[in-house]
Amino acid sequence: MTGVHYAYPDADHEVLTGVDLSVDAGQVVGIVGASGAGKTTLAKSIAGFIPHSEGGELTGSVVVDGLKVADATLAQVVSRVGLVTQNPFNQISGAKYTVREEIAFGLENLGVPRDEMSERVDAVGTRLGIRELFERSPYALSGGQMQLVAIASMMIMAPRVLVMDEPTSQLDPSGSRLVFDIVNGLADDGTAVVIFEHKLELLREHADVLHVLADGVIARSGSAREVLADPRTDEWGVGSTRFTRAARRAIEQKLLPATTALPVSLEDAKAVFSK
Amino acid sequence: MSMDIAVDGLVFTYPSGVTALGGITVSVPAGQRLAIVGQNGAGKTTLVRHFNGIFQPTEGTVRIGDWDTKGRDIAELAARVGYVFQNPDEQLFARSIRDEVGFGPKNLGVPADEIEARVTAALARSGLVGMEDTHPYHLSLSERKRVALASVLAMETPIVVLDEPTTGQDARGVALIGEVVAELAAEGRTVVAITHDMDFCAENFDRVLVMADGRVIADGTPAEAFSRLDALEDAHVEPPQLERLRTELGWAEPVMSVDEFVGQLKTRA
Ligand SMILES: Nc1ncnc2c1ncn2[C@@H]1O[C@H](COP(=O)(O)OP(=O)(O)OP(=O)(O)O)[C@@H](O)[C@H]1O
Ligand SMILES: [Mg+2]
Repeated sequence: MTGVHYAYPDADHEVLTGVDLSVDAGQVVGIVGASGAGKTTLAKSIAGFIPHSEGGELTGSVVVDGLKVADATLAQVVSRVGLVTQNPFNQISGAKYTVREEIAFGLENLGVPRDEMSERVDAVGTRLGIRELFERSPYALSGGQMQLVAIASMMIMAPRVLVMDEPTSQLDPSGSRLVFDIVNGLADDGTAVVIFEHKLELLREHADVLHVLADGVIARSGSAREVLADPRTDEWGVGSTRFTRAARRAIEQKLLPATTALPVSLEDAKAVFSK
Repeated sequence: MSMDIAVDGLVFTYPSGVTALGGITVSVPAGQRLAIVGQNGAGKTTLVRHFNGIFQPTEGTVRIGDWDTKGRDIAELAARVGYVFQNPDEQLFARSIRDEVGFGPKNLGVPADEIEARVTAALARSGLVGMEDTHPYHLSLSERKRVALASVLAMETPIVVLDEPTTGQDARGVALIGEVVAELAAEGRTVVAITHDMDFCAENFDRVLVMADGRVIADGTPAEAFSRLDALEDAHVEPPQLERLRTELGWAEPVMSVDEFVGQLKTRA
């Protein structure tokens, strides 16, 4: 992605104001940013829904897996990029009566043979721990269960690029960790993963690179530990983990040396505070 | 009259046959800040939807103050219990934020000039100053979620139920919702919030219910609930960040906030 600018149709200002971003196969890239920074817009731009279905004007270049998004059809983009949308409720097709059929829907449309389809649905369901929901209606689920089904429906397509817009927002803590473990597994198999998240502790543990999106541009990039220890995290609206906040406070009160590298995760914090 | 919530032997089975609540007895005294945590599908949403009459018990009773919810409809209960949906798209329908947030008070028969004042105040509290004329459709999910919050605040009910209020909120949004919880409690209102954010839970609530498989498996102050590691594991929940840290550091006293952590650090220095 180079020099990407985008404004929604009829909007008087741009949401993306010059985004440069690259993600390699096998990488988990985290993107954080304040509400309104343009995260969902960026997610949709990578996945081709912007500008293909939302309209509006996108300038600059988006290339995914060798394909120029602007010149391709949405179908071509979708075959390479999977987008897990922010509100799982809106991702449900509405065409299927059971969770099993819902998860299989994408493969069915590609004409994948029944046996293979069934095997893949079982595998994904087992990985996400949702096999017991298979015979339910996709609408007769709790919010978190629906979110797991939405993730399953994308994962099963095995896209080369997986874009996830706050995929764990409604998941319980174990479910959130499970999804991040799965994401690391997909990256190990060569998938490029872009994950938009507010859960900083999990990003520190699972993302290879972290970018901050602020006012429509990438304001900072680096390892999660570097980025999240940056004094500007509050200014960007990104916040900080309780580990970081506790260390900052301890430094203020001279309980830790001013030169302490700020901890972001439990492991970091244990090292800092056990001294 | 005191607006206690009293749930007794509550069983609920969905029409599809799924029994989501397997016998819950719990009372919430007026003015309490109660958090409900627990695994996906534990029955949290199903439980709180009994408070405002969206669901009626299959067995057992739910009382709001001196009312048994049986035989009361949602419109009546709306005067006592405000409910912010987990998914704002299930709650919002009006074409402007003013109409959306004013809808509840209007139905309660609040006079027009007071409605306008309530709308303005509720939007300010929800971090949406001056957005009266915006169409909710043009907002991000986290903003829509705060419109849903504002709609309920404008009703000024004695009981406010928030279903995952911090979902999708950035750091400022989470802090803002913490402030709303504190303000409601200071006004003597009851706040019941479902959350998967254990740090938010530890810092902002008096009491925590831990749910798994349609039952309450732990109940106590945040420090008590987060010490029940067996129950937390069954509920797919983990203690808040600093509580996990102090356990790793081998400190004996529970830690529920940055202040408490630094306080203990000081006594060790
Ligand atoms: N409309 C429905 N029809 C049938 N079953 C449902 C319906 N909604 C929820 N359920 C089921 O009832 C049980 C409890 O669901 P509930 O929504 O109360 O869970 P929850 O604790 O709020 O979960 P989450 O944290 O994911 O929001 C789950 O097994 C769920 O699948
Ligand atoms: Mg729920």
